[in-house]
Amino acid sequence: MTRPTPETLAHTARRARAAADPTVDVDQAAARTATPTGPAVRPTAAAQVSGAGSLVRSLEALEVDVVFGIPGGAILPAYDPLYDSTVRHILVRHEQGAGHAATGYAQATGKVGVCIATSGPGATNLVTPIADAYMDSVAMVAITGQVASPLIGTDGFQEADIQGITLPITKHNFLVQNAEEIPQVLAEAFHLASSGRPGPVLVDIPKDVLQAPTTFSWPPTLDLPGYRPTLHPHGKQIREAARLMAAARRPVLYVGGGVLKAGATDGLRRLAEMTGIPVVTTLMALGAFPDSHQQHLGMPGMHGTVAAVYGLQKADLIVALGARFDDRVTGKLDSFAPDAAVVHADIDPAEIGKNRHVDVPIVGDAKHVIDELIAAVTVERSAGRVADLGDWWTQLDDLRNRYPLGYDEPSDGTLSPQYVIKRLGEIVGPDAIFVAGVGQHQMWASQFISYEKPYTWLNSGGLGTMGYAVPAAMGAKVGKPDTVVWAVDGDGCFQMTNQELATCALEGIPVKIALINNGNLGMVRQWQTLFYNERYSNTELGTHKHRIPDFVKLAEALGCVGLRCENAADVDKTIAAAMEINDSPVVIDFVVGKDAMVWPMVAAGTSNDEIMFARGVRPVFDEDDI
Amino acid sequence: MTMHTLSVLVENKPGVLARVSGLFSRRGFNIDSLAVGETENPDVSRITIVVNAESSPLEQVTKQLNKLVNVLKIVELDPQVSVARELLLVKVRADRSARSQVLETVNLFRARVVDVAPDTLTIEATGTPDKLDALLRDLEAFGIKEMVQSGLVAIGRGSRSITAGPALRAA
Repeated sequence: MTRPTPETLAHTARRARAAADPTVDVDQAAARTATPTGPAVRPTAAAQVSGAGSLVRSLEALEVDVVFGIPGGAILPAYDPLYDSTVRHILVRHEQGAGHAATGYAQATGKVGVCIATSGPGATNLVTPIADAYMDSVAMVAITGQVASPLIGTDGFQEADIQGITLPITKHNFLVQNAEEIPQVLAEAFHLASSGRPGPVLVDIPKDVLQAPTTFSWPPTLDLPGYRPTLHPHGKQIREAARLMAAARRPVLYVGGGVLKAGATDGLRRLAEMTGIPVVTTLMALGAFPDSHQQHLGMPGMHGTVAAVYGLQKADLIVALGARFDDRVTGKLDSFAPDAAVVHADIDPAEIGKNRHVDVPIVGDAKHVIDELIAAVTVERSAGRVADLGDWWTQLDDLRNRYPLGYDEPSDGTLSPQYVIKRLGEIVGPDAIFVAGVGQHQMWASQFISYEKPYTWLNSGGLGTMGYAVPAAMGAKVGKPDTVVWAVDGDGCFQMTNQELATCALEGIPVKIALINNGNLGMVRQWQTLFYNERYSNTELGTHKHRIPDFVKLAEALGCVGLRCENAADVDKTIAAAMEINDSPVVIDFVVGKDAMVWPMVAAGTSNDEIMFARGVRPVFDEDDI
Repeated sequence: MTMHTLSVLVENKPGVLARVSGLFSRRGFNIDSLAVGETENPDVSRITIVVNAESSPLEQVTKQLNKLVNVLKIVELDPQVSVARELLLVKVRADRSARSQVLETVNLFRARVVDVAPDTLTIEATGTPDKLDALLRDLEAFGIKEMVQSGLVAIGRGSRSITAGPALRAA
């Protein structure tokens, strides 16, 4: 097969043209090389531009290096100045791909991810990734074209009220009324998306506003009188939390994605090590604390480890840091951690006390909270107030030893999906970024790959968006071109968004896809096995029985290398072969058994006390021990 | 469940009312009454919302409201130390035989007649929801042809102002 050159030819040509063109604004060139210190610096003189020009100049001033999008009628004016811009535009195949790519880019780099779409269907195709970014608090800015102002409200061609549609799923959104507002709105959108609790912000711009003549000057003044996120926690609350931490006999640090968002992982490790308190990291926080660390109990929740689930359940103190007591973590809320006092630190005051009664509420950025907790705990310790956690650790270690994560080899001789994922993690190592879809493969990837470093695990946690992995991996690879990026995807998920592999192949984005192909919607099938008397209604995808699609041929058709692995003996060498290919995306079709299940499991709506270690196996846990 | 009166100060921009009211329905609250108008500062609007809710879910919805970027400030008004009023316009059957009795009721409630037709009177009344309920009960005997009520507006007693302070840059 032929492979396209890694660097997109069009993009290279465009850059060369911009470099050779003496009419390219010197201010633009200066803006590109300036150090990234945010919109408050690099003032530019007012220049006469179109609204679209103002938009692109604003993106450059905001130091956006890449946007993901698809042009269309209403947004078309913006694509003309974009053609000459240093902002790299990656032409995706579906707007959903643009949105998830922006999310993957943001999660991997900590910068704002940007996606662009046209009005109507372009904008509505962004709805799923926007909702996804909202649930997982991802800094994303979505820019949409809108029909011209006089057409708004007339059911014009390709008109959709995207501002109204995205009201409940954005941190904020804007409908730009005139071209003069564009720099200010863009600066506000980026500020809102990336500060406080991050989240998606949508900017909808009518076509006539993009076409209108205007002046561009930078920096604009932000006007957000109602937006004042609290970053620094209250000292009294911190001291009270430290006092409880020093006195607790069965404490647990319950770490959520907010710790990663705040860049607080070093502090977390110091806090954990100085106190000796056990740590659990949620699905959104994997990598915030090394999986291999002796104090790490694993992930809590529906498919968490027995030690993590029971650790929270029997705790006398839960210190929640940037976590939100999601139903997948608490199980039946009434019976969650009945004896625990709760310290809840979050940057969003609305999360505190939303689900669980809180004894010590702390509003603040996780980095500040953790740094100040370290100081306050140091005071407690120097006063001799140090809890003996020996008994607690004895109990937790006993649980860890008796109920480690594991799996049974399939009795029918098929390839075990857990084995594939475990070997992938071991061979690829802790420097790579792993991106998962949603379902069984996601849970196995969370369980059997060891995450040692922050920002190496990306997934759709809150919304549970099937189809997230391929485009998010594309975005992560664009943001971190020197890092190996593996998507661990299911055959169901993969068939929702694999068209972005064409984008990867043409744009020189060599992601690697480990396709855990069990021929079924595996997680749904698992629930049918457990709760619907093995009546497998509409979960068989036919990818085994009929080999439709043939994923190797599909990969090749999309400009990727396609490999297949059907037995355990070939797993290592197939992964090694994929590791050798760095000039093209690679897809490995791992044909695995369909009957493997994710364990442990707390069935939906039941108490965490009802955790099942394996089918029909309840952990033996002597209540009197605690 | 108890009635709560929230005064919500918001930026006077298009779409803000939809953000605020949408949030209530999304979080499962039913708004009993809602009134919006400009304040002494034309950049700031004031939304008075009456909701029937337990205090703990109300705290959650208040926190969610506070997260709306266009919301500047939220104050729950204590009925003991605030003045609350609604406006009622009601068209009552009042032919020659009933007219004097209707006018007697109007005077008793310190209401006003704002329009007269041969067989009806249109009455304007302001007051607390309790007072307006009482007036309506009296008028029902004559026959109510049509009525319209405003949302509740309310303001704290004393010299303190909720629109003062750094929260309201434009104020």
